[in-house]
Amino acid sequence: MITAEQKPMQEIIQYIEPYDKILLLGCNECVTVCAAGGRKEVGLLASALKLDRLKHGKTIDIKEITLERQCDPEYVEELVSVIDDADAVLSMACGCGVQTIAERYNKKHVYPAVNTKFMGASLSQGVWTERCQGCGDCMLGITAGICPVTRCAKSLLNGPCGGTSNGQCEIGPETDCAWRLIWERLKALGLESRYEELMEARDWRPAGGAGPRTIIREDLVL
Amino acid sequence: MENFEPEIVAFCCHYCAYTAADMAGSKRISYPSNVKIIRVPCTGKVDAIHIMKALEKGADGVYVAGCLEGDCHFKNGNTRAKHRVARVQKFLEEIGWEKERVEMVNMSAGMGEKFASTALEFTEKIKELGPNPVKQSKKTEIQALG
Repeated sequence: MITAEQKPMQEIIQYIEPYDKILLLGCNECVTVCAAGGRKEVGLLASALKLDRLKHGKTIDIKEITLERQCDPEYVEELVSVIDDADAVLSMACGCGVQTIAERYNKKHVYPAVNTKFMGASLSQGVWTERCQGCGDCMLGITAGICPVTRCAKSLLNGPCGGTSNGQCEIGPETDCAWRLIWERLKALGLESRYEELMEARDWRPAGGAGPRTIIREDLVL
Repeated sequence: MENFEPEIVAFCCHYCAYTAADMAGSKRISYPSNVKIIRVPCTGKVDAIHIMKALEKGADGVYVAGCLEGDCHFKNGNTRAKHRVARVQKFLEEIGWEKERVEMVNMSAGMGEKFASTALEFTEKIKELGPNPVKQSKKTEIQALG
């Protein structure tokens, strides 16, 4: 899923400083799961923003809505009847959601309330870690299900490098060397021969090197 | 602020702090009437939004009273509550409020004296901090209007 974290309160407060009527939008998808921008977080942020205003003897009108998905036009359309009442929109969705809102309601001031972080997996309750960079040419089938593009700090296709030490990456002891993990898993699976195969320099255009990427599924297009 | 009598909300776990409050009563140990108790089945039931809403509605201080650490009737509800209180404190700090207005305390059902002393100490602390900033600003507004 896409992970995110709430922005510092002062940054959010600065964004909405000129406005008195805010539409605070949550998203029921990824940001709900990573507890950054779901219904619950929308409630908390609204309350904190109200407390901030009240402290200065002012009030703020905040309408709280959490859409099923903010990155999908059909759900974003649901805002048609309420968006005109708001001076500005504060979105707690990932960058995709914020942009979908801004694109659909192009006259409305739209601000992000979270920082979108990475595509990650949950290690345990409350802990997420990056597992995929969306490189567009998945090589997990070759690397024993461990992604060197994401988990190696240098995205090395043939590793490890000289920076590995006791199985850890040189960037810090809390980071496992991805290529040590790959080697150990290949060995455990009896696939050591795969390690001998050199991977050639790859084409990084599908990874975003050729600009923003698009998928068009003719069978689904209406 | 000499006559300031704070309004304090205490979310008390049914299995410990609430019973401790009862114990304080049975033992005739008095505690400040500023503390308004809300009984919860476990402090794990107290969400950050409940604390925030209490402040929003004008509570001068809020504390969550759960079982002693390691003694939660539901295993770890009090630990969860502790983290939620810390989260609210961080929120308050970020918007320039005193984080001391919110606190997590632990006690067992038999600690009637602890319940009373906690209520007293917290009330004194909030008296020193003064009213909830929301009330303060409203008062200034009223005074300004004459």
